[in-house]
Amino acid sequence: MTRALGKDLLGLEHLSADDIRLILDTAEPFKEISERAIKKVPVLRGKTIVNLFFEPSTRTRISFEFAEKRLSADTVNVGSTGSSVVKGETLVDTARNLEAMRIDMVVMRHGSSGAAKFLADRIESNVVNAGDGKHEHPTQGLLDLLTIRDRRPIAGTRVCIVGDVLHSRVARSNIWGLLKLGAEVAVCGPQTLLPLGIGELGVRVFRRVEEAIEWADVLNVLRLQLERMQAGYVPSTREYYRVFGVTLERLERSPRELIIMHPGPMNRGVEIDSRVADGPHAVILDQVTNGVAVRMAVLYLLAGGKPELAESAKGAPER
Amino acid sequence: MTAILIKGGRVIDPGRRFDQVAEVLLKDGQVSAVGSGLAAAGAEVLDATGCVVAPGFVDLHVHLREPGREDVETIATGARAAVAGGFTSVCAMPNTDPVTDNQAAVGFIVSQARRAGTARVYPIGAVSLGSKGEQLAEFGELVGAGAVAVSDDGRPVATAHLMRTALEYALSFGIPVIDHCEDLSLSSGGAMHEGLVSTRLGLKGIPRSAEDVVVARDIQLAELTGGHVHLAHVSTAGAVAMIRDAKARGVRVTAEATPHHLALTDAACAGYDTHAKMNPPLREGRDVTALRAGLADGTIDCIATDHAPHHYDAKEQEFDNAPFGVVGLETALGVALTELVDAKVLDLPGLVRCLAARPAEIAHLPAGTLTPGTPADVVVFDPAARWTVDPARFFSKSRNTPFAARSLRGVVRWTIVGGEVVHRRGDVPGAPAAR
Repeated sequence: MTRALGKDLLGLEHLSADDIRLILDTAEPFKEISERAIKKVPVLRGKTIVNLFFEPSTRTRISFEFAEKRLSADTVNVGSTGSSVVKGETLVDTARNLEAMRIDMVVMRHGSSGAAKFLADRIESNVVNAGDGKHEHPTQGLLDLLTIRDRRPIAGTRVCIVGDVLHSRVARSNIWGLLKLGAEVAVCGPQTLLPLGIGELGVRVFRRVEEAIEWADVLNVLRLQLERMQAGYVPSTREYYRVFGVTLERLERSPRELIIMHPGPMNRGVEIDSRVADGPHAVILDQVTNGVAVRMAVLYLLAGGKPELAESAKGAPER
Repeated sequence: MTAILIKGGRVIDPGRRFDQVAEVLLKDGQVSAVGSGLAAAGAEVLDATGCVVAPGFVDLHVHLREPGREDVETIATGARAAVAGGFTSVCAMPNTDPVTDNQAAVGFIVSQARRAGTARVYPIGAVSLGSKGEQLAEFGELVGAGAVAVSDDGRPVATAHLMRTALEYALSFGIPVIDHCEDLSLSSGGAMHEGLVSTRLGLKGIPRSAEDVVVARDIQLAELTGGHVHLAHVSTAGAVAMIRDAKARGVRVTAEATPHHLALTDAACAGYDTHAKMNPPLREGRDVTALRAGLADGTIDCIATDHAPHHYDAKEQEFDNAPFGVVGLETALGVALTELVDAKVLDLPGLVRCLAARPAEIAHLPAGTLTPGTPADVVVFDPAARWTVDPARFFSKSRNTPFAARSLRGVVRWTIVGGEVVHRRGDVPGAPAAR
């Protein structure tokens, strides 16, 4: 069976604009399933999926698990604690063992950039990258795109990613996805947290958050991990909030009503003001809702689901 | 010992500016004569028609892993790989386990190499005890046992003060101090060159400045002390410019570049290919251009492989976790001919200068020339023959090369050490060495 997306979803960099639109369009009918009393369709019945999480994750892991269960797949969760990984097993051996159990798909979160490709190159099963190091987090990028698209056309929209772009897989997936769909993209943060030469990817760089707010239609605010202070990238969370925090006062000076996004988990009072996170322009919980639909769409398409059948897959709920 | 007469080849001896078709007679372990109409009764005659006859190559920078990691290379297998690549002398870096920081350790390498009986292996001693960057090693005893240079390679000479004292102290023994130039606070956690490719791949980068600040330090200290610093595996355009300026001022600095840094860029890391992971990392096109220009004008003195064997399991990992380093002894000539001679960076005499004459001068080795009376270390190679790199056919125990499946020009026909043929084209790993 020819698959609309190929074998794996490793990142958005190598997807075409049409591929991305296909996933977003396929997600639309899946949104509605989650609103039903019985949230289940038989699309992936008989498929086995392993959720392999080498890094702790709550939101992404649960979102994938809901997506899988709502499509009727059989799922197994493997975490880094209590698995053979802590016993020193290499990734290649883990991959071979999974393959030997004849699974259909692996959803993997891993701390090393490129780990998803490493796995995908070595097993026949479909691989979905649920975040690899500082490389990509494609389903997060897709759900961010869907959330913007729910409100305005992506083409021509100005999106600024604010914060620790250097260490962010979310930023990279967002940049690729947004650029492919015709958005204008910027990044903003202290230069210590921006990758060298990021401008060459086709994004603007703002060193002051006030300038970014003046320019943007959408702010995607990244989490500032506390390790960054220890590593000396920024002096303190207090100063970070004072200089780069997305605060109500700063937003009130914007000429437009901005859409505020955050991939979570938030550090309130560090990168984002609680009044902004809880305010009327924040779409942070819509992002979470869309996450399930986007992941259902990705799993459905990778399993060989036909794009035009997504509508009918809604069908009747499984009895 | 049978005499050997090499006939019909183009004899290139850059030290004597000799480059013409001639005969070379080897007798009693020495070069006996170079000329025409030579004859020796009972000599083995090697027909070198169409080939280059040159002094055996000298590699200032190899890691033979013995003692400590005999599973990935031994002195015997590394020396066998060397002669398969045309190298008759190699200098073994001291970052073994234990570190080569005392005369007994140096003596062990010398005796293992003698038992192996192929390439000459010259030990490099550590600058500091355990290469820990604290206390100076006993250079006098190291040299007395056979060391030809000192280095803490694998790591930089830890502090400016240690480098200063090493350069000063080495003056008494006439040896170079070889430095691996890397500011560890700038490179910490890095897996590849810091640039657009590392940004795309989400890998932590090692900036050019991690190398450049230490190159600047070492040049300043060589100038201060009058000592001889040799800079290992130069990778950046900035370092080439600083070395060029320093040489113009008369500073005693010499430098090497590796075949991989002269041939590849960080683009080779795309796809997370761990065989493109080495330290210093593969840089960008403008660095490769600067290195090639430096090699052509003599700023970079020589080519050294930084042969660094690793077990295949170690490279079969996530990019972050895989070790740095690639093997190079058996591909150096092919890469140099294909990437440097074909691109007119070097002519054939220039290539022989970079692979044999200059490195021998830097480490004061009795090699790198075909002057009668010198040891009969000779390589005969066919510069036109093409071959495809198949790591399974390496004499090295390890296979970690970024050049697998590449088509290269230049095949070693014979390698001769001390008047004995130690490698013939067609030899295969596992079979006894040809004699």
